[in-house]
Amino acid sequence: MLLIHCPYCDETLPEAEFTYAGQAHIVRARTPSDQTDAEWEEFLFIRENVRGPHFERWRHFHGCGRYFNAVRDTVSDRFLTTYKAGEPRPDLSELEGRA
Amino acid sequence: MKTITSLTPAMLADSAAVRVESLGPQGRISLRARGDLSALNGALGLDLPTRIGHRASTEGMEALCLGPDEWVLVLAHDRVDAMLAALGAVYDDHPHSATSISGREVSLLIDGPRAAELLAIACPRDIATIAEGAGRRTVFDGASVVIWHDAPGRFRMDVWNSFASFVAQTLITGARELAAEPVEGG
Ligand SMILES: [Zn+2]
Repeated sequence: MLLIHCPYCDETLPEAEFTYAGQAHIVRARTPSDQTDAEWEEFLFIRENVRGPHFERWRHFHGCGRYFNAVRDTVSDRFLTTYKAGEPRPDLSELEGRA
Repeated sequence: MKTITSLTPAMLADSAAVRVESLGPQGRISLRARGDLSALNGALGLDLPTRIGHRASTEGMEALCLGPDEWVLVLAHDRVDAMLAALGAVYDDHPHSATSISGREVSLLIDGPRAAELLAIACPRDIATIAEGAGRRTVFDGASVVIWHDAPGRFRMDVWNSFASFVAQTLITGARELAAEPVEGG
């Protein structure tokens, strides 16, 4: 089982308390009616599916209930960091240097 | 399977290892708020703890911080309406959400020298991380529960009605296994 650090609880806890919630930093258009079909397609369906560090959302479902963001390496399943929702995307080169 | 409800408190398991009881009706309020909490603290008569898992209490009421903007208040059933009115009186100063959830849950008492071991059979979190005097929302056998660590070897577990009979059955089975094992050094 993975151990995941919740940035709100500030505790490292078993994966069973959390649910996965897809790729992070996907921003909904401020004026949806201005979007073309291709832009909607991109927003709704197109995801990165990276091999390596992946920016993704998790929710501390059986805990504080909060959504937060994480960087997880999809090859090793190792979490490089977690951070609160709304915080900027962390610098990947710094994270990989630390890992 | 026996139906577990707060309407008919019952002894579910009782041995030298651990005792499990379902408790009677309990007043509960779910409170959501952000920002400067002083207006709410004034209405409640206590300082809401701002660290997740921490508790604060005053005469007849206890507050547990469940999330960055979420608390559960536990108090006598007949005081819930008055407390909601007191919170309502500061609503204009500090908009918030306060809802009675008294009927939503059953509280179970888990008490005895092996109480923490009983919780550990179906709780992936290390029970030792819930310090005495603290509490947490976590998962027990797939169901969201709130665990209160009240005293050494004494816990309370709040579980939604719809999961209560299932969770109680897991506790009964676990308690029976613990009772069948010789106590260490005994
Ligand atoms: Zn959390």
